[in-house]
Amino acid sequence: MEFFRNTNIDFLGKKWYFLAFSLIFSVAGLFSMLFWHHIPWGVDFRGGTLVYVKFSHTPDLNAIRAALDRAGLHDPKIQPYDRPQNNEVLIDLAVRETNEQALDQGKAKIIQALETKAPAGKVDFNNASFLTIKNYLLDKDPLHLGSDADQKYSAQAQAAVDYRDKVQGGVLNSLDQLQSAAGVDPKVAAALADGFYVSDFGVRNVEIVGPQVGGQLRKQAGLATLYSLLGMLVYLGFRFEWIYGVAAVVTVFHDTLITVGFFSLTNTDISLTVIAAILTLIGYSNNDTIVVFDRIRENIKLMRREKLSEIVNRSINQTLSRTILTAGLTFLTVLALFLFGGEVLRGFSLALVIGILIGTYSSIAIAAPILVAYQDWRIEKGKRPATALAGKAR
Amino acid sequence: MNKNLLYKLAFIVGTMLFFLFGIFGIPKSLSGQGLLTALTDHIHLGLDLKGGTHLILQVQVNEAVNVVAQNAIETLKDQMRKQKIDYTDITQPDPQNNPDHIVIKGVQPQSRTDLMNIVRDRLPEYDITGGADNIWNLAMRPSNLVDLKNKAVSQAIDTIRNRIDALGVSEPTIQEHGLGDYQILVQLPGVDDPGRVKDIMQSTAMLEIKQMIDGPYPSQEAALQAKGGIVPADSMLMSGQCASGSTEPTWCFVSRISAVSGKDLRSADQSTDQNGQPSVSFSLTGEGGQRFYSFTSAHVGDNLAVVLDNKVMEVASIKEPIRDQGSISGGRMTEQQAKDLSMVLRSGALPASIKYLEERTVGPSLGADSIRSGVRAAVVGMVAVLIFMLIYYRGAGINADLALIFNLIILLGFLGWSTMAGVNVALTLPGIAGVILTVGMGVDSNVLIFERIREELRNGKTPPSAVDQGFSHAWITIVDTHVTTIVSAAILFIFGTGPVKGFATTLTFGLLANLFTAVFVSRTIFDWVLSRKQRGEALSI
Repeated sequence: MEFFRNTNIDFLGKKWYFLAFSLIFSVAGLFSMLFWHHIPWGVDFRGGTLVYVKFSHTPDLNAIRAALDRAGLHDPKIQPYDRPQNNEVLIDLAVRETNEQALDQGKAKIIQALETKAPAGKVDFNNASFLTIKNYLLDKDPLHLGSDADQKYSAQAQAAVDYRDKVQGGVLNSLDQLQSAAGVDPKVAAALADGFYVSDFGVRNVEIVGPQVGGQLRKQAGLATLYSLLGMLVYLGFRFEWIYGVAAVVTVFHDTLITVGFFSLTNTDISLTVIAAILTLIGYSNNDTIVVFDRIRENIKLMRREKLSEIVNRSINQTLSRTILTAGLTFLTVLALFLFGGEVLRGFSLALVIGILIGTYSSIAIAAPILVAYQDWRIEKGKRPATALAGKAR
Repeated sequence: MNKNLLYKLAFIVGTMLFFLFGIFGIPKSLSGQGLLTALTDHIHLGLDLKGGTHLILQVQVNEAVNVVAQNAIETLKDQMRKQKIDYTDITQPDPQNNPDHIVIKGVQPQSRTDLMNIVRDRLPEYDITGGADNIWNLAMRPSNLVDLKNKAVSQAIDTIRNRIDALGVSEPTIQEHGLGDYQILVQLPGVDDPGRVKDIMQSTAMLEIKQMIDGPYPSQEAALQAKGGIVPADSMLMSGQCASGSTEPTWCFVSRISAVSGKDLRSADQSTDQNGQPSVSFSLTGEGGQRFYSFTSAHVGDNLAVVLDNKVMEVASIKEPIRDQGSISGGRMTEQQAKDLSMVLRSGALPASIKYLEERTVGPSLGADSIRSGVRAAVVGMVAVLIFMLIYYRGAGINADLALIFNLIILLGFLGWSTMAGVNVALTLPGIAGVILTVGMGVDSNVLIFERIREELRNGKTPPSAVDQGFSHAWITIVDTHVTTIVSAAILFIFGTGPVKGFATTLTFGLLANLFTAVFVSRTIFDWVLSRKQRGEALSI
C-alpha cells in the first residue's frame, strides 16, 4: 500500500497563500492574547482554588451558584465537567486574596456551602476520608474485636472506601449500598449507617495554588519555552548551517504562537500539562522540518545546476509521503489520547492535536520558503552563487 | 544463520527478558490477576493516579535569621555592659527583609577597638563596618547567611518527616523543591483530607520555660501603662494563659531568657493532669534537667511560664526545686490536641514557621478513573498504529510492530527497575500520555527507514542493499529528530514538577528506547528475514 507516490506539487509557488493563512491565524491569536481573552492561564499559573465535585444526580448549576453566593464565595466559575452522565462540576474560585491561607478556606467553604441537608451528629460518608472511617469503627467496635482491631478495621474501612471510590465512582446514593460491598462486614455496614449519612456529592479533586507559586510557574514556563527554542537553534545551527536553525526556530515559534493563540481564542485554560505539550511540540514539530532539511541538503549536492527553489520543491515532494505518514501516525495516537484519555488530559491532548497539525503544515509551508527567501535575498545582494546553500558536510 | 546475527538476536532477547523482569519480577502466577498484581508491585504510580495530597510549602527562613540576630543583640548588650562601652541604641532596621542587619548607635570612638573585639570574639558570623557618626553596622557574612537559611530548610525537612512518620502516613515524599526558594515538597499518598496533617506540620512547637516577671494584666495597654509605657529591659510582653483558670487571654511580662527550651526535651507524652484534663507531660535531658534544677532552686516562690510558640500556655508557682519533669495543661486541650502537641514536641521544633504555597488533593476515585481512561487511550492508540503499520507495510509492518512492542516493554521495564533501585520514577497520568506519544513518535523512525527503503527499491537496488541504504540514510535524520525532542523533554524535566516530570521522564526514556528498537531491533529482524530469502526474492514492504 502506498500514498503520495511521485507527487509533483509546487509548494513554493503557493507560499503567498501559506503566508496569508499563517498571518491570519497568528494575528488572530495575538489579537486575542493582547486584547481579548489574553493568555487564559489555568489555576497552576494564576493561583486560585479549583474543586471538582461529583454529584449523585444531575447538578443544578444555578443552585450551586446560589449556595456558594450565600457562603460569601462570589463570582465562582462553575462549569460541567467531562461527560454529562458523570454529573461532575468544576468550581473555580479566582484568587483575590494574596494570603495563601485564605485559599485553603475556599475549599472548606465550598464543601460547607454544598452540604445542605446534614443531619446533626452524623458525618458525611461521601466526603469522609479513610482515616475518619477507620477511627469511627475503632471507636464503635461493631465486631467486638480484640488485639487485632486496628488491622481488621483498617481493612474494613479500606473496603468501604474502595467500594465508594472504585466501584461507585466516588459517590454513594445510600448507605444501604454498603451492604452489598465486597469485603465489608454487614455489621460494619450497619454501624456505618448509624454514624454517617450520605450527601449528594463527593469532592474528587482539589487544587489550591497560591499566587506566589503561580507567578513563579508563569516565569518558569516562559523561560522553559525560551530555552527550548534556544536549544533547537544551537543544535540545528551546529548540525546544519545557521540559517537552517533560524528557519526551524521561526517555524516552531510560529507553531507555538498559533497553538497558544488557539487556546486564547477559545478561552481554554492553559495548565501545566498544556505547557508540557507545547514544549514537546517544540521538539516534535522540528522532526518533519529536519526530514525536509536533510533531503534539501542531500539534493543540493546531487542537483548542482538546479535553482534552490526547484531543489526545495523536489525535496518536499520526495519526503511528502513520510512527512504525512509520520505526522499522521503521531496524530492518530494523540487523537486517541484526546478522545479516550479523559477530561484531566483534555487540554494536554488538545494542544498536541492542534500542534501536530500546525507543525506538519509549517514544516512544508513556512520552513522551506524561509530558506529560499534567504537565498534570494543573498543573491540580490550579490554575495552568493545561486546554489550554494549546501549546509555542512556530514 | 550467521553467527553475528545469532549474537544480535540473543542480545535482543536478553534485553527484553531484563526489562520484562523489571515490569513483573518473577510473578507468583501467570494468570491475568497474578500478572496485574506483579505489575502494580513493580511500577510505582504517581499521586495523580493513586490519590493523595501534594503540598508545596515554604520555610520562612528570615525568621530563623531573626532568632540569630536577636541572640546577637542580646550578646552585644551583655558584653557592652560588662566592658562598660556606652551606646544609645541597638536595633534591627529592617527585620522583615534584612533580618541579619544590626545597627549600633552612639558608640564613642575610643571604644572602637573594644567593640570590634567583641564582634570578632563573640559574633564571628558577623562583619562590622562603619564608625562614622558613631554608628556601626553589623551584617552576617554572606556564606554564614546562606548556611543558616539552608540549615533552616534541612532542619524543617527533618522535623516534618518526623511528624509525618509519627502520623503513620506510608511512603511520604519530603524533599527540597526548586532551587534556592526555601521550598519543600511534601507528597502524602492516600491522604485525601490534608487538614490535620497540615496543622501538625505547621506548628512551630517552640517550647520554652521562662520566669514570669510581672502580671497578669487584662490587656496589652494595661500592662504597658503599669510600666510607664516601656517594656522593662530583659523582659518581654506575652499573651496567653497568664492567669491560671481564666479562659480570656491575659498579658504578662516574662524573662527574655529561657530556663529550658525545646532542645532540652527528652520526651513528651499525652497524659492527664490532676483535674483529669488532657495534658502533655515531658521530661528533660540530663543537662537540661540540671539547668532546670538550678533555675528552680534559685526561684522558689516565683512564677514560671510555660511558653509554646510565643504564647503562654500556663503559669505555675515554683514550690520546690524541680529536676527533670514537667507538664503542660494550659488552655482547654482536647485529647486529640494533647496527643498532637506531644507528638509535635517529640519531633522537635521547626526552625521557622512555614507557609503553604500549593495544595493538590486527588481523591482515589479520580485516580482510578484516570488510570482507566489513560490505559484505554494507550490501548486504542497503540492498536491503531499496529494495525496501520501491518496494512501499510505488510511484512515490514511486523518489524515495526515488534519494535513498538519492545519499546513499550523497555519503557515500562525501566519504570519497574527504577522502583527496584529505589529511585521511584513514578508513572503519572501525563506519563501515560508520554507512553502513548512515544508509540506515535517511535513509529516515526520506522516510517522514515521504510520509506527510504522503498525509495531505494524503486531506484532498482537489490533488497539487501536497499535495506542497508535505508538504514544508513535515515539514521542521521532519526538522531537529529530524537535529539531535538529530547532537548525539549530535558528542559521540561528541569522546569517541571510532579506529573510533568513524570511525562518528561517517560518521553525521554521512550525515545532512547526507540533508538534501540527502531534501529537495532528492526534492522536485526530485517537481516534475519533477508538471510532466509533466496537471491532476487522480493521484500515485503
